[in-house]
Amino acid sequence: MRPIQFFADSPKVPFMKYKNAGLAFAGLLMLITLVSLVIQGLNFGIDFRGGTLIEVRSTQGPADIPAMRNKVNGLGLGEVSMQEFGAPTDVLIRVQQQDGGEQAQQVAVEAVRGALGEGVEYRRVEFVGPKVGEELITYGTLAVVLALLAIMLYVWFRFEWQFGVCALLTLLHDVIAMIGLYSVLQLEFSLSTVAAILTIAGYSINDTVVVYDRIRENLRKYKKMDLRELCELSLNETLSRTVLTSGTTLLAIIALFAFGGPVIREFTGALIFGIVIGTFSSIFISAPLLLNLNLRRPPDKPVKDETAVGAQV
Amino acid sequence: MLHFPKWKIVLILTICFLGFAYAAPNLVDRSVTETWSRWLPSQQINLGLDLRGGSHLLLEVDVDAVTRERLESVVDITRTELRKARIGYTGLGIDGEAVVLQSRESGQVDEIRRLLSAIDPDLTVEAGEGGRVTIRVSETALTARKQAAVEQSIEIVRRRIDETGTREPTIQRQGEDRILVQLPGIDDPERIKALLGQTAKMVFRLVDTQNSQADAMAGRVPPGSQLLPSDQVGPDGRPQQQYLVERRVMVSGDTLVDAQPTFNNGEPVVSFRFDSVGAKRFGDVTAGNVGRPFAIVLDDKVISAPVIREPILGGSGVISGNFTVQEAQDLALLLRAGALPAPLVVLEERTVGPGLGADSIAAGEIAAVLGMVAVVVFMVIAYGLFGIIANVALVINLVLIVAALSALQATLTLPGIAGIVLTIGMAVDANVLVFERIREETRNGRPPVSAIDAGYNRAISTIIDSNLTTFIAAVLLYIFGSGPIRGFAVTLSIGLLTSMFTAIMVTRLIVVMWLRRTRPKTLPI
Repeated sequence: MRPIQFFADSPKVPFMKYKNAGLAFAGLLMLITLVSLVIQGLNFGIDFRGGTLIEVRSTQGPADIPAMRNKVNGLGLGEVSMQEFGAPTDVLIRVQQQDGGEQAQQVAVEAVRGALGEGVEYRRVEFVGPKVGEELITYGTLAVVLALLAIMLYVWFRFEWQFGVCALLTLLHDVIAMIGLYSVLQLEFSLSTVAAILTIAGYSINDTVVVYDRIRENLRKYKKMDLRELCELSLNETLSRTVLTSGTTLLAIIALFAFGGPVIREFTGALIFGIVIGTFSSIFISAPLLLNLNLRRPPDKPVKDETAVGAQV
Repeated sequence: MLHFPKWKIVLILTICFLGFAYAAPNLVDRSVTETWSRWLPSQQINLGLDLRGGSHLLLEVDVDAVTRERLESVVDITRTELRKARIGYTGLGIDGEAVVLQSRESGQVDEIRRLLSAIDPDLTVEAGEGGRVTIRVSETALTARKQAAVEQSIEIVRRRIDETGTREPTIQRQGEDRILVQLPGIDDPERIKALLGQTAKMVFRLVDTQNSQADAMAGRVPPGSQLLPSDQVGPDGRPQQQYLVERRVMVSGDTLVDAQPTFNNGEPVVSFRFDSVGAKRFGDVTAGNVGRPFAIVLDDKVISAPVIREPILGGSGVISGNFTVQEAQDLALLLRAGALPAPLVVLEERTVGPGLGADSIAAGEIAAVLGMVAVVVFMVIAYGLFGIIANVALVINLVLIVAALSALQATLTLPGIAGIVLTIGMAVDANVLVFERIREETRNGRPPVSAIDAGYNRAISTIIDSNLTTFIAAVLLYIFGSGPIRGFAVTLSIGLLTSMFTAIMVTRLIVVMWLRRTRPKTLPI
């Protein structure tokens, strides 16, 4: 069988012509995120804000959400939200953090149970007290910041400092764009969101490193080539791989999004957005940024056969 | 290129074989693997609570209560000792983490110090200005006490949970003063929480009949007594009754050796038995107070206050208090398991019903299979024969992930399934890198063997760099993540490692075998 080639043998997409457009688009994403964060902020889930989440399934046909809301609203528990979740019989109830510490939350859950009475099955109860919520915020932030720094150091160590800095900036772009998505659509920002952000950081750096690897190789190979031209060549040479890998990963994640059940739908949805953003950023941000950072060619070493690169393994 | 060292082939085949061996137990029911020889791997993947259903509870021992209790006992000791030694004082009480008092005459600090340190060497007594005396408990003593309280709490929690008959509970200490309780497959976490939420300190105290209860209700509580609510709650949610009870403890519940739910005239009650010390004291007190009511107090609530009709000398008795059968059972359980040294607070709870867990597993399986099929088809379309080779590697990769999860007994969670699916997508990346390289080298005019050789060699450093950076993110996710997120980090990291192995080693071996056999003139890529 003959494989189908998705790209011409040597694609010549003039990426550098779109360099400014790409950076402008990235800037726009950042701006939208910033404006949205200022105006409506993030919709923190119970992991960070504390509170209670209850998923119930009505055992008698579709759930009557207005009736359930009436029953629970009389309890004086403050903000209680109810929404259909995945199926007409399933309802997700969120009860805000109660005043009076951890004990008060338990009382609230009991009250909700009492009010809903028989006829519902409790599929999930999650309760996070204020103390744990604060710790989760600290650890989540730490995880993201440390991951970005560690990745930057690794790239710096393996390449030149310019690559490390540009990789960091690219990652920051991805992380901010992800946060922007959550803010603009007011998706629930939970622990899984932090996981999604870190996954996308890991995925995007994967793409970026492949491009950087090729730039590094070409810097050795074409000593005289104009940097701009060289970046463009490298992007084109890796284009097929970048798109194919994003394609397969997207295929797998879309399957998960469509069939993985409602519990992880937001998580996988964010991953889909992030993979698109990560692919965009490794083409339009990571390489163009290098041009702005006075990239020096490696000192003249005797040109060795490239196969030696792999011989170390 | 065609030369592939023997030891490498053996190594690759061994790893693949071990992978299949360790993954195999997951194909059959757990009861089957138990019958296998113990030389065979028999461990199955450990499913997280979000998949198998169950409760995750993070409890905190209220160690401040331990400190407070310790300081209260210091207040008691001080009061008794100073009264005995006839030292005048005012304003005895707790101030922050110390006990303070104001001595009437200055210069008595040394005397107080001598008295107290003779009784309790952990106390330090400092003199302040104008006769103010500060008594502190040494830091090490307090820490030791808190430690002991946490350890004892874990023990009591374990006993209480074991008594409920929960299977395979995990009870672990977490950090300084926290207890992580994981209860797979329970359908009623509310009962467990209710059981763990009670300190269950039971004492027998005499009801104060000398003073007027009406006066006490009006705010004039006599110094030796206190008002305690009944544990029976009326329709308005408030206790039905208040009792005026002597502060002095007649007999303490820690002298109980057994408690059982039973019936008395058709009503559920709890029968109990004292040890010899408790039996003697109970006998003495009841003998001296026939005709008076005594209160059975649990966590500062009066369960019942029966009148002593005759001396109870046998060291056993029954508690009745309008119990339901379940309440009688739970009270007996609590009394048997013993009292917690300090209250427990639920900091975090995540409970997943068995229905949702099963749904999640089913959905995860469908998604994984569909994702896999999509990727497999895509790879064949894109790379033909080489795509098929990559797909073989992909299947081996999946087997290795399952094997690693089973062998390490890592926990598979719902986000963990997402991690596997994501790895399926990313696993082919390493192959894509190699294949694209081979295509390029072929275009540059290299003959097949040389093109494949160059393709692998040049792609390797890229593969390692790109996977290691992602691995860094996964490791940090593991360190700072909790629960299900950790499961995601585990599968992602394992997947990265196995995909590097399959891409660099397995596909290469297959390609070399194919090259040796067919010696192609051109590459079908």
